Amino acid sequence: MPVVRVEGVHKRFGAHEVLKGIDLAVEAGEVVAIIGRSGSGKSTLLRCINGLEQIQAGRIEVAGHVLEPGGKGLRDLRKDVGIVFQSYNLFPHLKVGENIMLAPKVVLGVGKAEAASRAREVLAEVGLAERFDAWPDNLSGGQQQRVAIARSLAMRPKVMLFDEVTSALDPELTGEVLATMERLAQHGMTMLLVTHEMGFAARVATTTVFMHEGRIWEAGPSSQLFGAPQTPELKQFLGTGLK
Amino acid sequence: MIRQFTEAEFLFILTSARWTLLITVLALALGGLFGFLVAIARTSQLAPLRALAAGWIGVVQGIPVLILLFLSYYGLALAGLDLPPLVAASISMALYASAYLGEIWRGSIQSVPWQQWEASAALALSRPQQYRYVILPQAVKIVIPPTVGFVVQLVKNTSIVSIIGVVELVRAGNLVNNATFQPFKVFGTVAAIYFAICWPISLLARRLEGKLHAGRAG
Amino acid sequence: MGFEFQFRAVFAYQDLLIDGLWLTLQLSAAGILGGAAVGILLAGARSLVPRPIGWVIDGYVELIRNTPFLVQLLIIFLGLPSLGIRLSAEQAAVIGLVVNLSAYVTEIVRAGIQSVHRSQIEAGLSLALTRLQVFRHIILAPAIARVWPALTSQFTLMMLATSVCSFISVQELSAEAANIESQTFRSFETYIVVAVVYLALALLLRGLLAGLGAILFPSGSGLGRLRRAGQ
Repeated sequence: MPVVRVEGVHKRFGAHEVLKGIDLAVEAGEVVAIIGRSGSGKSTLLRCINGLEQIQAGRIEVAGHVLEPGGKGLRDLRKDVGIVFQSYNLFPHLKVGENIMLAPKVVLGVGKAEAASRAREVLAEVGLAERFDAWPDNLSGGQQQRVAIARSLAMRPKVMLFDEVTSALDPELTGEVLATMERLAQHGMTMLLVTHEMGFAARVATTTVFMHEGRIWEAGPSSQLFGAPQTPELKQFLGTGLK
Repeated sequence: MIRQFTEAEFLFILTSARWTLLITVLALALGGLFGFLVAIARTSQLAPLRALAAGWIGVVQGIPVLILLFLSYYGLALAGLDLPPLVAASISMALYASAYLGEIWRGSIQSVPWQQWEASAALALSRPQQYRYVILPQAVKIVIPPTVGFVVQLVKNTSIVSIIGVVELVRAGNLVNNATFQPFKVFGTVAAIYFAICWPISLLARRLEGKLHAGRAG
Repeated sequence: MGFEFQFRAVFAYQDLLIDGLWLTLQLSAAGILGGAAVGILLAGARSLVPRPIGWVIDGYVELIRNTPFLVQLLIIFLGLPSLGIRLSAEQAAVIGLVVNLSAYVTEIVRAGIQSVHRSQIEAGLSLALTRLQVFRHIILAPAIARVWPALTSQFTLMMLATSVCSFISVQELSAEAANIESQTFRSFETYIVVAVVYLALALLLRGLLAGLGAILFPSGSGLGRLRRAGQ
């Protein structure tokens, strides 16, 4: 029973069609890497899955929630789907702990004490337990990104979406974030990640999806996709990407 | 005898607007000139000059326009000058404008990238030449939207000079109100005329601001 | 009358000065607190109310910002009695100050709200917050931090604008100055003294607001950075 089901999804920005019919099914515990050139529609697909973008045709079902065009039921869906952005988007006026505690308190009605212990728990999971009282500004990019991951984890989501989360980081900082994501995968989290980190995708993702010009061009087990690319477009893409 | 608020009264108020506009224009011209000097002094390399300009700006920005009006009015009287209220009013408003415009223009000069100073100095231009050929042309573009915005402040503040007897818009309103006892009609008219003058200028300033940022993006 | 300044004559009337100063302080406090409260409320409401009400708010703001404070004051003080509302000069003054300042504050805070990056809002929505929750927890504080310097300037201008209330015979500092001047005939000296008092008030107010800003938006946080960037 797939946790994420995308069927025949089309998405337009004005006159420009960005997603031209996407079909995708993700099982629980699967880690799916989505790779492709800029403009292939990768991030758009991810943002459709948590409702930040509206689709024009097709159907998306995530963790039992069906995405409706009107936007109803989005809040319930977002309680079960976490997303981490390229620019971390931590709230600058709240300390790290407060950043993590906000949604559980305000959305889930969790009490302050329990929210705090939950926050410490997820911070420890990402390796930043001692930074509970720090201001986001005083952390490195990699640390901020890990806090962003923790912030989403505090909502106990069923699916985690990662939108090019290491693209804005200096190379020496991507390692800590990728390690965090790998640990999450090992603990059985269902993950969809848009990434340029081919080595990481090859190693950690169970399935890899290659998108090209708004369509899924090739998809399959990661070892197969990276080891034996079928289409010329993927071959060309990997020629520049894989180490 | 209470008069009716007729067309005659309306026209009396309307025509007083020309004094509002005259004072504004004179204040802009004199204040603009003086303000330009203040801005240059404020960015000068000579510390005493900078301090003097900063002091002038600080004082004028720290007192009410009304007090500045009285200070200049009585100050001029002390200097032996017995000026008609219109002239005294224009001079006061010019002093007021000089400080605010000086500050606005200082900000514009300083927002020209420092690399422009470096590049022009490297070409052996003297400081006045740097100003004339490199810095000021670039500062002028930046300066226009906030200056236009300040014109609105100036027009509104001319209402203060009514207290020294200049029959501009507010004083005309007071005179008509004392004769007709129709405060809403009278001051509603006065407000409408101010709005008709100020609003288009505000819109212009906003449009210029938008174009400025569009041009600088990227 | 030569250039012989006699400040002592002015200080003989220092009781009047103190009375006037006290009233100026009260008017300023009432105007700033009231104007800020109404202004922030309107700015917040602007993002959340239906379009037509939004236009009414915009219209009100444009009207106030494009007419002189003095005219607004005269309409309130002289006009309202003809509608049956009797106001004391002080009451009219406070209403005028609040109405005037709130329009400027609405405009300033709105700019602050619009400067909050869309990505912050997306992050909040993605955490399943409602729009109202996003506004309260994610938009409001950073918005005010960024516009704190602009608010400080506007509040200072408001304090100085209390002098206009003398036009409707409110006996604040400027009105008392005129009283003293008419008694002593030391016009220049009187207004020098009063100018110095206003300068001191302006400096004090700026200092107070800067301190408040540092407390509300601590320098170590992202908010502090926003506050300092706005200067």
